[in-house]
Amino acid sequence: MKNDWLFAPGHGMCAGCAAPIIVKHILAISGENTIVVNATGCLEVATTEYPRTAWRIPWVHVAFENAAAVASGIEAAMKKQGEKANIICFGGDGGTADIGMQALSGMVERGHNVLYVMYDNEAYMNTGIQRSGATPYGAWTTTSEVGMVNPIGNIRPKKPVAEIMVAHRAAYVATVNIAFLRDFKRKVEKAFSIDGPRFLHAISTCPTGWRSDPSKGIEIIKLATETGLFPLWESEHGEDIKITYKPKFLPIEEYLKTQGRFRHLLKQPEYIERIKEDLKAWWRRHGVEI
Amino acid sequence: MKITRGAVVEEAGNSIENKTGTWRTFKPIIDYTKCIRCMICWEFCPEPSIYKEDGSEKPAPKEALKKLPVPIIDYDYCKGCGICVNECPVKAIDFVKEVK
Ligand SMILES: Cc1ncc(C[n+]2csc(CCOP(=O)(O)OP(=O)(O)O)c2C)c(N)n1
Ligand code: SF4
Ligand code: SF4
Ligand code: SF4
Ligand SMILES: [Mg+2]
Repeated sequence: MKNDWLFAPGHGMCAGCAAPIIVKHILAISGENTIVVNATGCLEVATTEYPRTAWRIPWVHVAFENAAAVASGIEAAMKKQGEKANIICFGGDGGTADIGMQALSGMVERGHNVLYVMYDNEAYMNTGIQRSGATPYGAWTTTSEVGMVNPIGNIRPKKPVAEIMVAHRAAYVATVNIAFLRDFKRKVEKAFSIDGPRFLHAISTCPTGWRSDPSKGIEIIKLATETGLFPLWESEHGEDIKITYKPKFLPIEEYLKTQGRFRHLLKQPEYIERIKEDLKAWWRRHGVEI
Repeated sequence: MKITRGAVVEEAGNSIENKTGTWRTFKPIIDYTKCIRCMICWEFCPEPSIYKEDGSEKPAPKEALKKLPVPIIDYDYCKGCGICVNECPVKAIDFVKEVK
């Protein structure tokens, strides 16, 4: 085989989508002894167009609501049979922050030995860019249209899903960004070295929904971290989060201007100020003045 | 087409039958005389349609680099997203309009 990633080409994800990059690196670390449970969403739909699949390891599609429940069941059944494998659950932000939250909460609370990965493209992309609980303030989506009535776009702040997992005292929680590959790989390796429920929040460029240049996918999420908007941190067993990368704190406009979904904000500095205030407050809570 | 019970796909990774390279409108071409074999393009290709080749005869900017694996773009699957072009630290990848 010319191509020995556990994730095969020939899938139908858009050119420049970051989700497959996240997946191929996680599987490379997890290895062949892995079972993947995939909630509905772009990653599931576009990698398994029947009768074909891009996955080179056992994989099962389940509904949004029960991905974490099915992963819990697989883990419990394997334990009973005395078998061991890395069980990974992949869910989008809609599938995780909103629809699958209850099953995820139960999975973590019961202490199942599963790694849950939320690939976060900040909207329901597969059905046409509808806002989710993880859509950031100020983003245009097809259900947070920008116009005379609402000049802002999405008016609610992003749900802090990873922090919610810390509050559950999950064994390991981390935010990860493939643009920071060394930090990314270290955290994935650490996640596989710890027993219990683990959660990774991976930012994932969606050129289609973010209205961005497909070639800039890595550059854009690098800016998300360098502006402080997507901080990289980790936490074990509910302990206070530890920042794992100190950003350059570039002006957030550098990030916003790369994406059509924020274009309207650039003409309305008052809303950009509001994002900056929230950003300052988050970093202040974690001991950093910006 | 045989419909399997439970829509089970029996052959892992058979998406390789889909030649998604037909999607391409721009084509990345590696200039090996500039390529420093850092493999950043290989790390970031989303398909993944870049593979590593050992013992390659490709030219290199320095003799010593010839011992390292080289990145090879598999045009059967490259969708022409341009991520490799953008991420290459030495700008060794040209991006040209696809002619079909
Ligand atoms: C209960 C339910 N509601 C709605 C849908 C339709 N649906 C399929 S994919 C999708 C979007 C998923 O969004 P997300 O989880 O963020 O993943 P993404 O597609 O963005 O990667 C929706 C709403 C569904 N399959 N099941
Ligand atoms: S719509 Fe977005 S998330 Fe879905 S495959 Fe395309 S780029 Fe990826
Ligand atoms: S253009 Fe995109 S799909 Fe093609 S080789 Fe480069 S990174 Fe891979
Ligand atoms: S990123 Fe550029 S220099 Fe590095 S291996 Fe790829 S083509 Fe060569
Ligand atoms: Mg999404």
